Amino acid sequence: MSAASTTQTLTAQELAQRRLASITGVDASGVRRAQNIKAIYVYEVPVRIWHWINVAAILTLCITGYFIGKPPPTMPGEASANYLMGYIRFAHFASGYILAVGLLGRAYWALVGNHHARELFSVPIFQKAYWREALNMVRWYMFLIPKPNQYVGHNPLARLVMFSGFLLTATYMIITGLALYGEGAQMGSWQERMFGWVIVLFGTSQDLHTWHRLGMWAMVIFITVHVYAAIREDIMGRQSMVSTMISGHRTFK
Amino acid sequence: METFYEVMRRKGISRRSFLKYCSLTATSLGLAPSFIPHIAHAMENKPRTPVLWLHGLECTCCTESFIRSAHPLAKDVVLSMLSLDYDDTLMAAAGHQAEAILEEIMTQYKGKYILAVEGNPPLNEDGMFCIQSGKPFVEKLKRVAKDSKAIIAWGSCASWGCVQAAKPNPTQATPIHKVITDKPIIKVPGCPPIPEVMTGVITYMLTFDRVPELDRQGRPKMFYSQRIHDKCYRRPHFDAGQFVESWDDESARKGYCLYKMGCKGPTTYNACSTVQWNEGTSFPIKAGHGCIGCSEEGFWDRGSFYDRLTNIRQFGIESNADKVGGTAAAIVGATVAAHAAISVAKRARDNAAARKQAASASNNA
Repeated sequence: MSAASTTQTLTAQELAQRRLASITGVDASGVRRAQNIKAIYVYEVPVRIWHWINVAAILTLCITGYFIGKPPPTMPGEASANYLMGYIRFAHFASGYILAVGLLGRAYWALVGNHHARELFSVPIFQKAYWREALNMVRWYMFLIPKPNQYVGHNPLARLVMFSGFLLTATYMIITGLALYGEGAQMGSWQERMFGWVIVLFGTSQDLHTWHRLGMWAMVIFITVHVYAAIREDIMGRQSMVSTMISGHRTFK
Repeated sequence: METFYEVMRRKGISRRSFLKYCSLTATSLGLAPSFIPHIAHAMENKPRTPVLWLHGLECTCCTESFIRSAHPLAKDVVLSMLSLDYDDTLMAAAGHQAEAILEEIMTQYKGKYILAVEGNPPLNEDGMFCIQSGKPFVEKLKRVAKDSKAIIAWGSCASWGCVQAAKPNPTQATPIHKVITDKPIIKVPGCPPIPEVMTGVITYMLTFDRVPELDRQGRPKMFYSQRIHDKCYRRPHFDAGQFVESWDDESARKGYCLYKMGCKGPTTYNACSTVQWNEGTSFPIKAGHGCIGCSEEGFWDRGSFYDRLTNIRQFGIESNADKVGGTAAAIVGATVAAHAAISVAKRARDNAAARKQAASASNNA
């Protein structure tokens, strides 16, 4: 059927409907012709809220942390009229606590939530099937296969990166961060009593500061890979990504 | 046996001065006024404890510091009450006479004397890099430590190794706690330690007959539980974000925070910013130079004294966290960008191929 013949067979009523659809966006015939998209509920409300709070906390932590190590240019005026480093450090510490408490809450949700909530905390590295699928994803990212599998939760490769790139880094940052916070909170504070050993483990306070800063860069690398992979999968993969973390539903194509 | 009080009276110190000294000691040790009578009582009744002071690989800056203990009372009293029976730098005797005193105290006060060590033993070549009375220092250290009650490790040499243990440490200079493992060791690091801290620690041990409360790394909490930064008089400038950017700028003249000039105050545990030096006259930061962290372990090997982000030695190259992390992040970022570009190009080619195939298919049909 050619385009010309279609136009000829349209009635006046249909033409009016089309015009209305392009104005209002309400297009019943379009919906009828649309693919029947399958969706599954993956990320429950607490997981999604945690994810976006975490985004804000980690961005704040990276930016303020960068400036704690390399402060902005000196402030003019009296010392009493400024509190720039004080605010930067406050934002850093507050976000750090949000990250720490959030991760505890997230760990709790892994226990009571659906099975997708547990993917972050474990990697089935002893299962052959897991590595087969992970390898499949590697081949997909190396442009070796035309299309990947469809995955409901995290794909196996993503799960590995979430565990090692996010969970381990975040835990490391929380522990080293609390040890450093304990220095300011002084001896006898719970932070110092619980995490003061970390300083001894790393050598000196100066060493721990250095390693904590390296952790920030590890987190920056994770964010880069995470955001890129999510957007790319959304466009080129076979399931939704970004919207899933907003609505909770994963759709397939 | 003579008590501390008797020694002091013999040295011409009045009872009034003695009581003043007791309250000063209580204050400097962070004790409540109710402890003053305890200190006085202890001084009046306890037989004095001999202290043997050994010198290994060191520069004698600890001794120089110690004899300059700022408060005249602390200096006079501690120096006279300490029966510093053996200290080869300060004692009048020398040679065989001196060694005879050492032997005498060790047998007479077996298990009762305090051993203070300045410097450390080099272990390489069987300890041949430090010879005293014809024998390696490490042997003397082990021999004297064997019957001591407790050991004070004076300064960064004895506590951490200091400059002689800096890389590559050719003499294998080793801190005391790695050589003597069966005695309580009190680390009093610093290069040198603050004189008042030294006299304070020794007074505490003699008065209360016990080791002061130590932190995880074996330093007395009363002097080493806070960082220079915590009590620094320039701290308000740090909080305000006011920094010296170069040595001769306006901020330097105004006395702003030296953080950006590599001041190690935020990572150094010591009492300089409260006790200060030379009778409370000044300390490095007050003189306009950042703290170099001389009381921290391995401060010689942590890169420049003038960098805030210091070297990561573990990578084997001169590099800091931002260089390593920033480079890694840049590589990952570039890889991601390249991957994205290839993805776009490949999709465009696949789509074109698909269209071509569809067109040829419809043509064939």
